[in-house]
Amino acid sequence: MVPIRIKGRGISKGSAGGEVLLSEDPISFLGNVDPQTGKIVDPDHCLFGKKIGGKVLVFPHGKGSTVGSYVIYQLFKNGVAPVAMVNLECEPIVAVGAIISEIPLVDGLESNPFEMLKDGMNVNVDGKEGWLEIKD
Amino acid sequence: MYLTPEEERIMSGESGPTLQKAMEILVALGDIYEADRLIPIKSAQIAGVSYKTMGDAGLEWISDLDGKVQVPSILNPAGMDLERWQEMGVSAEFAQKQQEIIQAYSSLGIEVQCTCTPYYLQSFSATYGDHLAWSESSAVSYANSVIGARTNREGGPSALCAALVGKTANYGYHLDENRIPELMISVDCELDASDYAVLGYIAGKAAGKRVPLFRMRSTPHRDQLKALGAAMAASGAVALYHVEGVTPESCRKDFELPAEQLTIERTQIDEVYETVSGDGITECDSAAVGCPHCSPEELEEVAAKLEGKVVDNNVWIFTSREVAEFNPRLVERIEKSGAKVLCDTCMVVSPATDKLSHMAVNSGKAYAYLPGMCKVAATIANIEKCMEKGGGSHSD
Repeated sequence: MVPIRIKGRGISKGSAGGEVLLSEDPISFLGNVDPQTGKIVDPDHCLFGKKIGGKVLVFPHGKGSTVGSYVIYQLFKNGVAPVAMVNLECEPIVAVGAIISEIPLVDGLESNPFEMLKDGMNVNVDGKEGWLEIKD
Repeated sequence: MYLTPEEERIMSGESGPTLQKAMEILVALGDIYEADRLIPIKSAQIAGVSYKTMGDAGLEWISDLDGKVQVPSILNPAGMDLERWQEMGVSAEFAQKQQEIIQAYSSLGIEVQCTCTPYYLQSFSATYGDHLAWSESSAVSYANSVIGARTNREGGPSALCAALVGKTANYGYHLDENRIPELMISVDCELDASDYAVLGYIAGKAAGKRVPLFRMRSTPHRDQLKALGAAMAASGAVALYHVEGVTPESCRKDFELPAEQLTIERTQIDEVYETVSGDGITECDSAAVGCPHCSPEELEEVAAKLEGKVVDNNVWIFTSREVAEFNPRLVERIEKSGAKVLCDTCMVVSPATDKLSHMAVNSGKAYAYLPGMCKVAATIANIEKCMEKGGGSHSD
């Protein structure tokens, strides 16, 4: 099958591929995520108990304290960060966290990722040119 | 976003990885907020200093950077008085990490002045129309509103990137169209002292992110405007406000009156004085003044209130090191009572506050943050009452 490529806006450059993990809820990296394990620790969060490490994490946008940028960096240093991130609309905390951690990040895809993507799908993300590619 | 050829070269990595990353962050923010270009800044104030809030990850990131800031740059309050941390009950382990953070910033050419009131520093003046990259929320509010300079609410890393590049992206409060008042707030009573902090606490909740224009019966001076802005930046996300006939932009520009209007009355202010924020089942066991950091005039006021008094509990007065060093007599007068004048830090970002249970404060910002960030209940009152309630102050 020919991969489907969807254009978006590149926020943090680099490219990576992996399995999709969808979060309908916004994420506050400070408070929602354990920086040691990459596990979502907020019981009210839709991904509660799941690990975001190694995944292509798709979520609407970030929220909360600007310290969240440093939490993303800590996830990266601990080897439990997502390999790439996709936002509906990126905000500065996640953008800065992704850039300092060299995690590819795109937002504003031409088609709604929550309608197109399912958990476990294989995708590539390119943050330099700004696109997401569905491999299967 | 348009980049000059030189900015393009930095972005491609010709000036090294630190500047490349800094430029990448500035451009990403510019793209998110639809900036047309980068603009030069006069100075930067960098948040992300207390080890309590940034942790090892933040320390590691700063330590990995290599370069020198291009504009005068200072820091936000740290997690402790850099000299008297032991007297605050801060652990040696925390102090060690805190010093490493300060050292890492210092090696980037950033001055070790840890304060939320950069505008009191002798060598750090900002004037009307200057573009800045400041990041402490109350300093941002003061710069925009009271000075009429222009800065966004920078996050720690973005202010640092702006300092390294000497520029920031041209969006938000740098542009005229985002500085127009969106909400009119009439204050229906005379105000004094901590009333401005309480007004800010109420107004911030109502305004959210919007730019309010105040119509007041009384005329606030600069320290009262500081208290008003700090509280609004904490209970809401207000980064700019105007006061009719007082703040420079409202005096120079003929703003149209905003369609949305609201009135704040004395009873609403009194209600806040009577309400404890957080779980305050106990009496106050401490008091603190200096959120944001005290001006020389405020130190004078505290000294006068404590004249001939003794305090029994933890009473902390926070100010910048420079203001304390320029006013040694005032510090001495205050400390004669048993109160401590501490520098470089404050009650909100220091772990020293965590061991207390209920603090009396004259700051709307501290009143908003203490329960969440420190798990400490707070009562708001004027300076004299703070000393009585939280310090058990009495005549010697």
